[in-house]
Amino acid sequence: MIFDYNVIYEALPLYFSGLLTTLKLLALSLFFGLLAALPLGLMRVSKQPIVNMTAWLYTYVIRGTPMLVQLFLIYYGLAQFEAVRESFLWPWLSSATFCACLAFAINTSAYTAEIIAGSLRATPNGEIEAAKAMGMSRYKLYRRILLPSALRRALPQYSNEVIMMLQTTSLASIVTLIDITGAARTVNAQYYLPFEAYITAGVFYLCLTFILVRLFKLAERRWLGYLAPRKH
Amino acid sequence: MYKLEVQDLHKRYGSHEVLKGVSLKAAAGDVISIIGSSGSGKSTFLRCINLLEQPHAGKILLNNEELKLVSGKDGALKAADPKQLQRMRSRLSMVFQHFNLWSHMTALENIMEAPVHVLGVAKAEAREKAEHYLNKVGVAHRKDAYPGHMSGGEQQRVAIARALAMEPEVMLFDEPTSALDPELVGDVLKVMQALALEGRTMVVVTHEMGFAREVSNQLIFLHKGIVEESGNPREVLVNPQSERLQQFLSGSLK
Repeated sequence: MIFDYNVIYEALPLYFSGLLTTLKLLALSLFFGLLAALPLGLMRVSKQPIVNMTAWLYTYVIRGTPMLVQLFLIYYGLAQFEAVRESFLWPWLSSATFCACLAFAINTSAYTAEIIAGSLRATPNGEIEAAKAMGMSRYKLYRRILLPSALRRALPQYSNEVIMMLQTTSLASIVTLIDITGAARTVNAQYYLPFEAYITAGVFYLCLTFILVRLFKLAERRWLGYLAPRKH
Repeated sequence: MYKLEVQDLHKRYGSHEVLKGVSLKAAAGDVISIIGSSGSGKSTFLRCINLLEQPHAGKILLNNEELKLVSGKDGALKAADPKQLQRMRSRLSMVFQHFNLWSHMTALENIMEAPVHVLGVAKAEAREKAEHYLNKVGVAHRKDAYPGHMSGGEQQRVAIARALAMEPEVMLFDEPTSALDPELVGDVLKVMQALALEGRTMVVVTHEMGFAREVSNQLIFLHKGIVEESGNPREVLVNPQSERLQQFLSGSLK
């Protein structure tokens, strides 16, 4: 088998613009996903049944359906309704970038909420008692002890979620966006070189994953040092 | 006037009554040791004082201020005013059997945390005070260490410094040496003895008979949720009146 370097070399600008799209999708969906996940995670540890059930239902439905189905529902499904097409939201909902970001953010928010909730639940009870015994209010307890400690301990799991999200952004190519996978599809469509086209996309994703893993390693060293073995 | 007064405290788990009317009066400078076999309710009693456990009846007064209690749904009492409870807790600091240091903070941060964020002390001042107390308990060299990187004895001394930094009216110790290796117990007891000599008011649940005898000026022996015997520790421990205490003491070596 001969690998056609020339075609790939010519297509590199396309891949790099795809890389930017992928990064944009990833950054936006992670940002808004995390923003939503924080209150949802707190709701999931609430003792109020209604509050807890609402968040539970949300994460159950989102985690219980495939990402691709959610994306199709938002991008194609909503457009079916005239009310949606005529609403002020239409300029947004007719944009593939917006719909992809929305679907990704909703999806990651559900998974991240469960990660945060699990981490909150795993806080040693003694540390909570110590905070109460020192006279901390509920707000202070969350703000100073529970959340800082839980969010740090959630880092390794969250890094996994971020890497999953990176791979998931490839679905955006199905709703017309030219991300890395979209670039590969374009190259394949033009030259019918599926192996070259997709192996190149794969290499891009591998590099991105490597960078993300390194970044999270650094973050863990910075914020999770207290769980590492003693060094001195 | 008493610093801390607990009157007729009752507590049950389901139908099992663990405290059947326990009282305590601590004047300024009193060091009260509470002893008893496991299951006697001594830890539960201490934890009821700052409402980490909900008593079912009784009164708690700190400096003559009564903690306002109301009945919850399950019949247990809870604070009527969370603000009052928080204020009283901040003046009643507690040292736990398992240290309960905040694991994501260094020793110094652990000690500064509550003075800064509960009492509103300025950071620089809190840091100075934290270093002072770390020095006092003999772990100044570990100020930047995380709890997970310290020995049990070091952690417990940091926890004592954390309690001291609140400059509390009364210090509550819940079996502070029970989770420590025997060779580390002495360090912690020495720190506690020094605090007693300074005239701090302390209530100590303990298994250390030596500490109870030498350091405290009041002893309470709890058995099955009632005060079986109490008084001056030297007299009570040397010449126990009740059969229960005689049995209990014959089981311990000193």
